[in-house]
Amino acid sequence: MNTILEMRGIRKTFPGVVALDNVNLRVRSGEIHAIVGENGAGKSTLMKVLSGVYTHGEYSGDIEYQGEVRKFRDITDSEHIGIIIIHQELALVPLLSIAENIFLGNEPSRLGVIDWELAQTKTRALLKKVGLNEKPDTLITNLGVGKQQLIEIAKALSKDVKLLILDEPTASLNESDSAALLDLLLELKQQGIASILISHKLNEISRVADAITVLRDGNTVDSFDCRAEAVSEDRIIEKMVGREMADRYPPRTPHIGDTIFEVQDWRVFHPEHADRAVIKGINFHAKKGEIIGIAGLMGAGRTELAMSIFGRSYGQKISGRVLKNGQEIDVSSIGKAIQHGIAYVTEDRKGLGLLLEEDIKKNISLANLPAVSKHLVIDEQREFGIAADFRKQLKIRCSSVLQKVVNLSGGNQQKVVLAKWLFSRPDVLILDEPSRGIDVGAKYEIYSIISELAAEGKCIIMISSEMPELLGMCDRIYVMNEGSFVAEFSSEVASQENIMRAIVKHGDKNGK
Amino acid sequence: MGNKLATDAAAELAAVTLDQARAPAAPADAVEKKSYTGFLKNNIRDYGMLLSLIVIMGFFQYMTDGTLLEPLNLTNLVLQNSYVVIMALGMLMVIVAGHIDLSVGSVAGFIGALAAVLMVNFHFDFVSASIICLVAGAIIGGAQGYFVAFFKIPAFIVTLAGMLVFKGLTLALLSGQSVGPFPKSFQLLSSGFLPDPLAATNPDLRVTSLIIGVAAAVVLLIVKFHARSKQLKHGMEDEPFGFFIGKNAVFAAVIVYFSYLLASYKGIPNVLAVMSVLIIAYTFVTNRTVIGRRVYAIGGNEKAARLSGIKTQRVSFYTFVNMGMLAALAGLVFAARLNTATPKAGLGFELDVIAACFIGGASASGGVGKVTGAVVGAFIMGVMNNGMSIMGIGIDYQQVIKGLVLLAAVLVDVLNKNK
Repeated sequence: MNTILEMRGIRKTFPGVVALDNVNLRVRSGEIHAIVGENGAGKSTLMKVLSGVYTHGEYSGDIEYQGEVRKFRDITDSEHIGIIIIHQELALVPLLSIAENIFLGNEPSRLGVIDWELAQTKTRALLKKVGLNEKPDTLITNLGVGKQQLIEIAKALSKDVKLLILDEPTASLNESDSAALLDLLLELKQQGIASILISHKLNEISRVADAITVLRDGNTVDSFDCRAEAVSEDRIIEKMVGREMADRYPPRTPHIGDTIFEVQDWRVFHPEHADRAVIKGINFHAKKGEIIGIAGLMGAGRTELAMSIFGRSYGQKISGRVLKNGQEIDVSSIGKAIQHGIAYVTEDRKGLGLLLEEDIKKNISLANLPAVSKHLVIDEQREFGIAADFRKQLKIRCSSVLQKVVNLSGGNQQKVVLAKWLFSRPDVLILDEPSRGIDVGAKYEIYSIISELAAEGKCIIMISSEMPELLGMCDRIYVMNEGSFVAEFSSEVASQENIMRAIVKHGDKNGK
Repeated sequence: MGNKLATDAAAELAAVTLDQARAPAAPADAVEKKSYTGFLKNNIRDYGMLLSLIVIMGFFQYMTDGTLLEPLNLTNLVLQNSYVVIMALGMLMVIVAGHIDLSVGSVAGFIGALAAVLMVNFHFDFVSASIICLVAGAIIGGAQGYFVAFFKIPAFIVTLAGMLVFKGLTLALLSGQSVGPFPKSFQLLSSGFLPDPLAATNPDLRVTSLIIGVAAAVVLLIVKFHARSKQLKHGMEDEPFGFFIGKNAVFAAVIVYFSYLLASYKGIPNVLAVMSVLIIAYTFVTNRTVIGRRVYAIGGNEKAARLSGIKTQRVSFYTFVNMGMLAALAGLVFAARLNTATPKAGLGFELDVIAACFIGGASASGGVGKVTGAVVGAFIMGVMNNGMSIMGIGIDYQQVIKGLVLLAAVLVDVLNKNK
């Protein structure tokens, strides 16, 4: 069987981070090739290299496609020769019709006038090919996510695709839609179209994949040929997480007290789709001085869980009870949640955490202005003093606390967000991806701060996609998948394999 | 001769305060050497604004052969711009919160009409009529703010609707006629001047007004120095001493000089007193209070503000209530000045007010803007209107020039930010 694509020695760096180190990938004509790896292993980056999002020169290594070395200058270059990528976030315009979306940027036209009749006819044929029974002039917004995914594929087919790349296509699909999508991939394979499938769902992979490549920390660690041998899920998991844990976390001896925080039967529905359950009856508790972790893949609903608890800042039709020190507390608004000593440090610090154009001082006092004011008048000296204290305590590197936060590095910005929430004097601190996007040195400092807070008797709930971080920091880890807690491990028994297995097993159960 | 007197007074004043200031400031200056250029770079917008106002005034002063700063004209300048300045205070907060209000001109016109109907047709006394009008303005602002804040309808649309509605209601209320004149006591709001109990001492000069001006300058300097020494104690100050002295000396001198000019005509207009109190109050609210900080926070990053426990909808709502009330006040001032309510009153005011805020450095995307900036912006517009009229430039080209100045001011902002 001949090779359609070969990527050799791909290396891609971002300032301070090596995203891809040495990746080799070989896809044969007409096969479905799965790429698996943990969050951050480099899968999406690799696909961006392949599709020309990162242009030739921004990475090193060779891409050989259909026997020729290719140097893409942009996405149209790769699309032109039949490499089409479908991203996890679909790139459809909701208020345009199916036909308009399929031919967006590629409209059949004469002298700039679009031939809509031709587009409609072609669309009908394409919809038939992907097995979708919809009219070409239906608006995208009226279709479910599963059907939208099929529209994306139809769009790819309209561009004469030879190699289709799907990034987590079934992440937001239900069972039957996922099955339909996978069937479609198998059908396209019959027609000689090769696919690269990025997925966390190993059951789906074992169903359709002809070959599997495992990425870890920007390296190809192994590849399997499923036609030659049976590949067990355990073997894949082992390869995915097989990494040694270095001494990257501050040592700590936990002093764990009584349970102070408890969530019972928590249920949340999607803010826009009232019938879609996002959190499906979660129970958990956390003790004084304890760091608990919530592990899970992207889209598992961890952020949604945290934000819905924090003053219902996410979702609708929220039900369940939140208890603190055994008493039920009212967390129906963010103000009330803060008053009850809950703080939520967002994963999206630029979008949801900071006033970028304001100075450090104003950011730190924002969640607790009454504490720096008297009769609603702000005492700026006091505010300044408090900010200066936090600067010293958290080692925020800046010229002065009057510096705008937009000019700080990621790690220092994260410290400002942390300072803001520490100043609200919480007992329960929910940290959502506290080390995302910051360099290794700053990470260690953030971990040290977290340890100290736990030692002070605060209760820390840490959400993270980096499993080593959870294993290194937490006393107890809950594993979350598709809106439910599927496992709980104490720090003694928790391991990456355990966690991954719990997620995959749960996904399988739901998938089948 | 009069000019000399005023500048002497100002110089003396500056000299005195300079000596007072040296003592506390010196040690801190020695501890931290502040870079003048670095500071200038960070604050170029604030100084640039003031500088442009001064340059523009100088330009027109020259081009009009000194007419611009004649006492009579200066008084007129204040009266002509008072309602724009008053509304700019509210508009600034609306814009900083990330919204806009296109209805203020119509609301001002409507309130003027309401005042006329109350006072002329129904013979209300001016105090109760004014109170009713201010409350009506707050309710109008609140109604619009309600749709913006709680229904998430863009302010542009809600207030565009409001603009049409109140323009129409003004016509309806006045039945298309002008209604006037107002009672004498109400007219004083715009045409009156502060009383001068010391009139006997100098028939050519309203001594009381001059004294008030000098007192205001002294108070300004004392407050500024006090604040600076407090900040220095906490290591918070980053304005170099030279700039600090220069800026405040100029301010104080300008206050004294202008109050002298006004005093040599009829004294300080009532409306200037009202305006000054409002400017000080709004500067304080925006800089120093919790509510002010929250307005900036929601304009800067609405989601982050909400996640910090700020009731963002309520804050937005209040900025509109406030805006409505100030538009009402502006409507009263304008009506009192014309001494009649006309269906055309308030036409196009919103444009001057919004332009003043943007010239004054407010950001269209919210979160950025200063009260002083908006006030200076309003006066830049006012001086240009006035100066160009004196020069005999037609209303046609006046608009062209004003438009270009607005564009240039915002362009400078954008370039400055990208640098």
